[in-house]
Amino acid sequence: MGKVKRSPWLLHYDGSSCNGCDIEVLATLTPVYDAERLGVENTGDPMQADILLITGGINEQNAPVVKQLYDQMPRPKVVVAVGICACTGGIFKDCYNIRGGVDTTIPVDIYVPGCAARPQSIIDGIIKARDLFQKRSDEHDEYEKTHHGGAGEEKING
Amino acid sequence: MATVIPFLILFPLVMACLMFVIRNNRVRGVAAYLGSVIVMIGVGVLVVQWFLAGAKPVELFIETEVADHVILASEIVLMVVVTCLCFKYKKYWISLLSIVPTLLIAYLELFGPEMEPTYHIYLDHLSILMCLIVGIIGGLIVIYAVGYMHGYAHHHSEFQDRRYYFFMLLFGFLGAMFGFVTSSSLLWIDLFWEVTSIISFLLIGYTKSSEAITNSFRALWMNLLGGTALAIAIAYYAYEAGTVTLQQLVFEGSVGSNIALLPVVLIAFAALTKSAQLPFSTWLLGAMVAPTPSSALLHSATMVKAGIYVLFRLAPALSGRTSGLMVAFVGGFTFLAASIMAIAQTDAKKVLAMSTIANLGLMVACAGVGTAETIWAGIFLMIFHAISKSMLFQDVGATENTLHTRDLEAFHGLIYRLPFLAMVQFIGIAGMFLAPFGMLISKWAALRASVDERNILLVFFIIFGSAITSLYWTKWMAKLLEQSRAPKVKDITKLNEKISLGIHAVMMIGVCLLFPLLSSSYVDPLLREMFGNAEQVLPTATLVVLIVIILIVFAVPAVSMAFGENTRTNIKPNYMNGINDGTDYGFISSYGEVQHMHVSNYYFAHVIGQRKLMLPSQILSTVVIIGMICVILGGVL
Amino acid sequence: MKFDTARLIWIIGYLVLAPFIGGLLEGFDRKISARMQRRVGPPILQPFYDVQKLFNKQTIAVRKTQFSFLIAYMVLMIFTGAMFFGGVDLLMCFFVLSTAATFLIFAASVTNSPYSAIGAQREMIQMMTYEPAVLMTAVGFYLIRGTFDVDRIARAGSSAIVVLPGFFFAFVFILTIKMRKSPFDEAGSHHPHQELVKGITTEMGAKNLAVYTITEWYENVFLLGVVGLFIVNRNPLSYIGAIVVILLVYFLEILIDNASARVRWQTMLKMTWGVTLLTAGVNLMMLMLIYR
Repeated sequence: MGKVKRSPWLLHYDGSSCNGCDIEVLATLTPVYDAERLGVENTGDPMQADILLITGGINEQNAPVVKQLYDQMPRPKVVVAVGICACTGGIFKDCYNIRGGVDTTIPVDIYVPGCAARPQSIIDGIIKARDLFQKRSDEHDEYEKTHHGGAGEEKING
Repeated sequence: MATVIPFLILFPLVMACLMFVIRNNRVRGVAAYLGSVIVMIGVGVLVVQWFLAGAKPVELFIETEVADHVILASEIVLMVVVTCLCFKYKKYWISLLSIVPTLLIAYLELFGPEMEPTYHIYLDHLSILMCLIVGIIGGLIVIYAVGYMHGYAHHHSEFQDRRYYFFMLLFGFLGAMFGFVTSSSLLWIDLFWEVTSIISFLLIGYTKSSEAITNSFRALWMNLLGGTALAIAIAYYAYEAGTVTLQQLVFEGSVGSNIALLPVVLIAFAALTKSAQLPFSTWLLGAMVAPTPSSALLHSATMVKAGIYVLFRLAPALSGRTSGLMVAFVGGFTFLAASIMAIAQTDAKKVLAMSTIANLGLMVACAGVGTAETIWAGIFLMIFHAISKSMLFQDVGATENTLHTRDLEAFHGLIYRLPFLAMVQFIGIAGMFLAPFGMLISKWAALRASVDERNILLVFFIIFGSAITSLYWTKWMAKLLEQSRAPKVKDITKLNEKISLGIHAVMMIGVCLLFPLLSSSYVDPLLREMFGNAEQVLPTATLVVLIVIILIVFAVPAVSMAFGENTRTNIKPNYMNGINDGTDYGFISSYGEVQHMHVSNYYFAHVIGQRKLMLPSQILSTVVIIGMICVILGGVL
Repeated sequence: MKFDTARLIWIIGYLVLAPFIGGLLEGFDRKISARMQRRVGPPILQPFYDVQKLFNKQTIAVRKTQFSFLIAYMVLMIFTGAMFFGGVDLLMCFFVLSTAATFLIFAASVTNSPYSAIGAQREMIQMMTYEPAVLMTAVGFYLIRGTFDVDRIARAGSSAIVVLPGFFFAFVFILTIKMRKSPFDEAGSHHPHQELVKGITTEMGAKNLAVYTITEWYENVFLLGVVGLFIVNRNPLSYIGAIVVILLVYFLEILIDNASARVRWQTMLKMTWGVTLLTAGVNLMMLMLIYR
């Protein structure tokens, strides 16, 4: 039962984006916006991540990848869709290979709109995500307490 | 004792003849078991008798008129055999290396100066230790060989099945080795020396393939070169001093007599060839074509230790002299160079061979420095190395019989596929370099002693050498542990092989646990015999620490394993950028196909391989040896 | 073995305080790094928040055995430090240290993961790279003090650094490797960097990573303790000097970390061995001439 929200570690995944949002995501970590003051780390490793941050829409090729990365993250976890493409599919929505937003594949908790999403709004999304992360963590602890032996086995479906 | 020693020498020879005669594999197998058990009992009886007699040096056999003649006759027979083989395979010049020394020795015995009567057999802590190593490990390897050669004959049907010949040689070797470590007369030592060289040569050529024949002749000429040096040393010493006792030679050498200088250097040179030190290391690598039991017995556990044994004997005469410096340099340099080359080997047996050369190098260096401290380290290196290398060789042989390969990459995840063999490998490797086990303690002592002796080159060799050593062993161990989905293979290891391996593993752990006791009750008296006085090398605090580490290393994984079974863990696939195919062994390529993934180790064969480094190291060590011998000769003449 | 209360206090102090000191140092590291980059940076206590969070997450693993190896790594590492602060044999400490590191390599290897496997291979190379300098340090102390016992080395009349400057330099040089700082963080890197994803720690999530992090803190305190050993002597004031030097060295590591780019392991090997031979080696040679 700890304050986990002080340490939200990110996993940044670039779907079929135009890279505009990715540049902004990285900008949030640069000295100007310095997301690290919130305890944010860009881990790159799903095993160590708490927040999955996805930019760009989901296409047929990357859908299983996103799913797998999501599954590899330990609970509690939060998904943030950054940019309009990740939220809905955006300008690419009608492309032949695009499924749409991230929520077509995995459950999304926070939507950060914008084209490209501004660093300020990304940080805002992260702050919302970490509050949710805290809440889920508390629920997770409660669950562990009531269900002896921890959460059930999670099977991968990637 | 006067009966046990001739028994130990002659009984294996009788067994050898018996092995040759019996052509039924099953009967021969039973006979080999009985023979090796009797040898082990014989060694046991010898040790007990010797301890009951007060564990003091014993001198035996002063009147040996008949035996001397037998020895001379055997030398000549050997010469004839070697010459015939050399002519058969058109390696004429090698026969010279046998003819010249034999004639020299024969001349010395028949027309040489009258020697004063003296003892021919000498038993002290060192020779008893060697007897134990030869007897127990040799006996176990023979037991292992019965099962191994059965599998070998089946898998290598391209070679003629000559198991009767193989076992004949193994037993003959045991007899010669007992003779070698107990003799004190240099003439006797010379004979047994030649016998071991030639048996090694015959065993390497066992398969009669062209590679085997080339390698066996390489081993032959290098070993015979050493034998020639030995014969010259004996002749020189006999003419100068009128005696041929090793103990006398060492005594004179240690007080700095001029007569002893040259013989000591020549014998040390012979020992370097026997122990496969640079520039003579290639013969040991070539010897790996022989069936595994002979690699285990001759080329790592016992025969190559014969050189070390001689150097330990000579240590008081080497200490602090140019000859000692030469030996220490060659040994230390071999340790470093062979360790580097071991990294590049992918063949498990070659790694073992390289590491054998390296560890022999360290022992040689210890002998070269020749103080009580380094001999302490050297003795322990020898004990641990004999056990763990014999175990590893046997294990790799058994694994090869099962997997049909000894490529290290094929050992991927062996612990899940062949649990027993992999576990034994694990213990053996741990014994070679991990903290609580003996080899490391010996390195500790060797390092300290070389600082004490202000031998800066040796300090560098040991420091860099042991850093490199840990790389190839860790690599190997990690390979065994890596997860694999290759199907479990049927372990076709025979029970007798498992018995031998099991006893080795128990001995390994036992020696580690009883290490302090062994040090105080056996090795310290040994050093007192050799140097007159010896203080405790390892401080008590360190010993206590060691025991605690042993407990940790064994207990922690066990406890946490038991604990871990109860925690509910969610098993995830490993990370491959999200394109994992659902297992841990493959990924989905951009074409949508499943690609198998194999995690391989680093080898750097193109940078530090044997091809690159062997020649330069050989040249360097040759230059050093020749230079040093010139300096010493200059001092004598 | 003589066992006095002072030693016991040192050992208990290490066992209890090392994780706090190690965590705090890492916190300062991140703060100072941030300031060097003109950022605000995370709070000083951030490393503790991270570990607390890691313990609160769901237990996951690629292989269950990984946890056992990590525990062995941690116990051996703690034992190494306890030996050191307990004043026992320095060379033996270093040997146990490398055994501990071996268990870390096993923990990374059991997963059959490409990233952590390459991380493990590189870690082995790193071990080979720093081992000579580490052993050399022990040799240096032995040469001037006639003993490997940390206890007796620490009670000498003067500071060891006066005669061992080369050894000190070599040890500080390899500290960069051991602390996984740029330019020598091939096997796995710290927070702002990503080499081979997370290198040797790629497959460690949640509790496993927490165990690893805490072990690293223990290790860092032990290593900085060795740095301090170069300074301390009989005079109690020297301990203050040692702390100052330790902090300076730590600051230097942060500076190097922020001011350099990662090099290839070949370069690391050549540089480190070169430096070891040129500084510690030459120093050793001179000492051997003096202390005959």
